[in-house]
Amino acid sequence: MHFGVSDPMQECEYSQISTRSSTPMESPHKRKTVKKKWQVFPGRNKFYCDGRIMMARQTGVFYLTLVLIVLTSGLFFLFDCPFLALTLTPAIPVIGGVLFFFVMGTLLRTSFSDPGVLPRATPEEAADLERQIDIANGTSSTGYRPPPRTKEVTINGQTVKLKYCFTCKIFRPPRASHCSLCDNCVERFDHHCPWVGNCVGKRNYRFFYMFILSLSFLTIFIFAFVITHVIMQSHKKGFLSALKDSPVVVCFFSVWSIVGLSGFHTYLIGSNQTTNEDIKGSWSSKRGKENYNPYSYGNIFTNCCAALCGPLPPSLIDRRGFVLPDMPQPVPPSNGVTMYGATQSQTHMCDQDQCIQSTKFVLQAAATPLLQSEPTAVAAESSVPGRTTLGGPCTLLPLGQPTPPTSTPNLSCEPEMLSQPAPEAHHHFLTPEEAPSPPGMLPCGSPLGQSHTMPFYNPASQDSLHEDSVRGLVKLSSV
Amino acid sequence: MATEQFHNLQDLRHTATLATKVFIQRDYRDGTVCKFQTKFPEELDNRIERALFEDTIKTLNNYYAEAEKISGQSYLEGCLACASAYIIFLCMETRYEKVLRKISMYIQEQNEKIYAPRGLLITDPVERGMRVISFVDHAGWVSEENRSSHVSFHKCL
Repeated sequence: MHFGVSDPMQECEYSQISTRSSTPMESPHKRKTVKKKWQVFPGRNKFYCDGRIMMARQTGVFYLTLVLIVLTSGLFFLFDCPFLALTLTPAIPVIGGVLFFFVMGTLLRTSFSDPGVLPRATPEEAADLERQIDIANGTSSTGYRPPPRTKEVTINGQTVKLKYCFTCKIFRPPRASHCSLCDNCVERFDHHCPWVGNCVGKRNYRFFYMFILSLSFLTIFIFAFVITHVIMQSHKKGFLSALKDSPVVVCFFSVWSIVGLSGFHTYLIGSNQTTNEDIKGSWSSKRGKENYNPYSYGNIFTNCCAALCGPLPPSLIDRRGFVLPDMPQPVPPSNGVTMYGATQSQTHMCDQDQCIQSTKFVLQAAATPLLQSEPTAVAAESSVPGRTTLGGPCTLLPLGQPTPPTSTPNLSCEPEMLSQPAPEAHHHFLTPEEAPSPPGMLPCGSPLGQSHTMPFYNPASQDSLHEDSVRGLVKLSSV
Repeated sequence: MATEQFHNLQDLRHTATLATKVFIQRDYRDGTVCKFQTKFPEELDNRIERALFEDTIKTLNNYYAEAEKISGQSYLEGCLACASAYIIFLCMETRYEKVLRKISMYIQEQNEKIYAPRGLLITDPVERGMRVISFVDHAGWVSEENRSSHVSFHKCL
């Protein structure tokens, strides 16, 4: 493939070489650039500190989160703490400080860690799986892409469907899901949270939970003591005057959202479910009397301990290892937009390649009977049609809309599921009035935002083929 | 493939990777715990004794079960980590990582003693994202460059 001479193109070229099997002709290139694995990582992630830090591509909202927390806490320490320390007890700023550091620590940990990304299959594995599927289906030719593949497995007496991920070329383990924003399969996928700038999955769920829990305590703490301050001052000066001197209670609205979110996740942990499963109602008794959660340990305490204190598996993607020339590289997905090259600069596909890929999607979409997926699978996916238009956690993050954290559509779509006394439509960290719409909240998401308005057969379907064909259509229109 | 000359072990290994591989997939019947299928693949029929194969897989499964076991030690580790705002994970190796090291050593040992003499090689599942155990046909190559020795746990988040 011929590339232009601009740097990203050149990186494209180098990366392509490293992902193909080596030939003697390419060895001069190999010796020139020995890349680390994070530099050729096929997902849509950003890496910092030589691969130690891993985040999603869009991190604008994460910086907003940081600013809000630091600002609110800073104002509290600056304006309220001196008075409270003198009048009441100096323990107040100390406890506040501890809480603040705990919040920041868990936030950074959630945002920077690998959520449990599953590395993509090597070409040999993919071929082996294809062979096995062909044997199972009795088909021999691969003239067109066959219908979505699923494997059924019985876990604890419950039948679970394992879906084949066309991007990663693997059968997803149970509870794993493919995040279309990060373009990775993530183990025990909970949701993609723009507020922390990362997916929340198996490896960072506990950090995420501790973050929102400690943030709840922090906001309640700050809110309570700011009110105390105002009341104490109002004895001297009058209420309105006191309120004027005290900084505006920024966290008033966020208290309810964050406490609500913490309560929701406490419920999820207690029942050993992920947000994804809860949204889809995978283990809801509404689906059938025999439907139960096969992963639950039976009692809340054990579920909590398992989620929070269970062993922490190491990262499977080995970001900082070197790409060795004979190391089998993951198959470049034939149906996904592959982001090659170092992620320091914005990675983007060569236009030509993008055009070709997009055309391929459209052709495949046209050729493939998309609705051939098994009726049970479809029924399983689209639990309630109205629920899924907004709620597809990773595929249909409402990117065109201002502010909502990923968890919000989940919450706002299902007010009945929440037992917390939270206003049903405002489970944001901040209401839209307070938080300016994050400008380029997810600029690359605008194509996806467009796809959100396209007529969807089954929006909640995790079928990558479906997503990719739509993505292809949209990309064609945008190229 | 037929025309390649083997200049060094890397080339040999490269050739080995082109040969047919046998993949042992995960067994999800017990949930999300890491466990591999013990069903004996037909391709290895003449290469390795069934009992040895099953023994290897079962031992690996036991190791993984040990790594993922929710025991008193893992609770302690979890609570300590939480109390330290998870900073402690930056300094110390988790129990899981320790067991993964043990697994690497075990695989290396198995390769040297059992599989290499039979012309086979097992790759550590950690290198394949814990998806598969792969058996490679290597035609007498001694496991000098066994991949398991390259499994290094960079202190990543």
